[in-house]
Amino acid sequence: MEPVKTLRSRTVVLAASHIDTDQIIPARFLTTTTRAGLGRQLFTDWRYGPDGAPRPDFALNRPEAAGCAILVAGRNFGCGSSREHAPWALVDYGFRAVVSTEIADIFRSNALKNGLLPVVVDEATGRWLIEHPGVEVTVDVETTTLTLPSGARARFPLEPFARYCLLNGVDELGFLLVQLPRIEAYERRKTAVS
Amino acid sequence: MRTMFQKIWERHEVVAETADTPAVLYVDLHLIHEVTSPQAFAELAARGLPVRRTDRTLGTLDHSTPTRTEQVFGGAPIAIESAARQVRALEANSAAFGVELLGLRSAQRGIVHVIGPELGLTQPGTTIVCGDSHTSTHGAFGALAFGIGTTEVGHVLATQCLLQRRPRTLGIEVSGRLAAGVTAKDLILAIIGRIGVAGGTGHVIEYHGETIRALDMDERMTVCNMSIEAGARAGMIAPDETTYAYLRRRARAPQGADWERSLEAWRELPTDPGARFDREVAFDASPVEPMITYGTNPGMAIPISGRVPARGDDPVLARALAYMGLEGGEPLRDRPVNVVFLGSCTNSRLSDLRGAARVLRGRKLARGVRMLVVPGSQQVKAAAEAEGLHRIFLEAGAEWRESGCSMCIGMNGDTVARGEYSVSTSNRNFEWRQGAGSRTLLASPLTAAACAVRGRITDPRELL
Repeated sequence: MEPVKTLRSRTVVLAASHIDTDQIIPARFLTTTTRAGLGRQLFTDWRYGPDGAPRPDFALNRPEAAGCAILVAGRNFGCGSSREHAPWALVDYGFRAVVSTEIADIFRSNALKNGLLPVVVDEATGRWLIEHPGVEVTVDVETTTLTLPSGARARFPLEPFARYCLLNGVDELGFLLVQLPRIEAYERRKTAVS
Repeated sequence: MRTMFQKIWERHEVVAETADTPAVLYVDLHLIHEVTSPQAFAELAARGLPVRRTDRTLGTLDHSTPTRTEQVFGGAPIAIESAARQVRALEANSAAFGVELLGLRSAQRGIVHVIGPELGLTQPGTTIVCGDSHTSTHGAFGALAFGIGTTEVGHVLATQCLLQRRPRTLGIEVSGRLAAGVTAKDLILAIIGRIGVAGGTGHVIEYHGETIRALDMDERMTVCNMSIEAGARAGMIAPDETTYAYLRRRARAPQGADWERSLEAWRELPTDPGARFDREVAFDASPVEPMITYGTNPGMAIPISGRVPARGDDPVLARALAYMGLEGGEPLRDRPVNVVFLGSCTNSRLSDLRGAARVLRGRKLARGVRMLVVPGSQQVKAAAEAEGLHRIFLEAGAEWRESGCSMCIGMNGDTVARGEYSVSTSNRNFEWRQGAGSRTLLASPLTAAACAVRGRITDPRELL
């Protein structure tokens, strides 16, 4: 995984609350056996009409959304299915962070494993960002802050280990493999007891 | 004084969490299926890693698998080519890595959350994970069971462990008797309606109290299954005599002296009297009526005799009602229904089929209604056929299929058409969940069957 330290980008806003992972990447695209290329189907049913033509009123289809790496969304983003295809699709499309006042547990865990920053902000910051699409903000992993154009900063929670992994491009599997002797010792203890 | 969650968590900490690092948590049982495993196996192959504990790993095919008999047992190819590739990928990965797979034609195949309990693999006090959010189902046995992403599937395959922060606990005490015609599905829909679809975020729920104790195992699974629809990764119910009676003599449950030893350990699991949850909610089950959803998340549920909430200025509700083609303030009762789906990891067990059959016996589906009955596993299918339930469904005019996720997820060929209303016993009424433009109303098997008979939204108590 590439290290992630800071991220500066304009935002694109999807104001709806409870955007579930079925909307992010519909199940009919999960019959893939790779991680690649899912950005094409990101938000498919919101991005395209029944005839397959892009819906001009959908935020991601507006010209000003091009190149935006930060998605601002209503509360409880990523709820529902545990499909990691959701962060894969967001990252493949070009997003590097999702900002919301609340992010669902499994999505959050999956996002972190793919270098997609889950940025949970306070209500006031969240509301302001939703009301001001397209502003340029900075997300800093080192200081765990999001900086608004005014210079105002909002702190966001980031578990120290997740922060360490992001800053150093460390993947968790490597960390777990180092624990193998302790895992083996645990298994021996467990067998002895039962 | 400890909660059941604490006891199980602490027993599975290989390395305890610190301020800087999450816990290394041991996984007793890892269930895998065709949709969320291929990329994990690819990762292992790329790193030259084996599956560390094949004896703690079991695969099945359910999500993208067809339910038409000829596509499962031969005569026709799997209609969706990418799904067929996914099935072959799990077959190949299982063979290459030495993982047991209950394959397409296995008599033990089925929805992953139906077969774990059915085989006796889902046991009290264990940790169970699967690349599927409805893994919470297994918590009904007093297990700590939760859904994980594909990267984590790889972690468990390679190390049998996960890095996890300890979640908070939410105790939901349920009291009062469920009224006649009101099921566990109605109860959990009412609970989600009360605490909200994000009400359990960051928490593991323990359901307890007299109402929960009175539920059978199928009903407890229905309750725990939908914990994720309240945002909680896991839901649990303490094991008791009901649990032990269900598990005794199951094929892969402990046997003989092992059974006695296990029983002794399981009796220590329930939350100690006086132990506190981080949050507590009390819920009275006695006024709960048959429930049905009107919107596009499972928290948007009302009693079947109720009215859709007024639009007000809530944009989420406005969008949901526009998608569903409903007006704020209107009653749902008597609205026409196009499709009825009886199945999914929420409601596809034998007792669910029996409930629906009770309503359908000697009756026909209303003209124009399509009903799909999809048992949760091949074992459920065989048991239902042994008592003649399939004849009741077929004589009513319903389709009787092989097991799988089917219309719950719309990625296996079973879908609801654009604009159609589907009364479904599944767990998610999200936009497009059951197919392009499908409109899902979640309900119990009794309600679903009643709606199929009348062709309209119907209170099942009128037909019982």
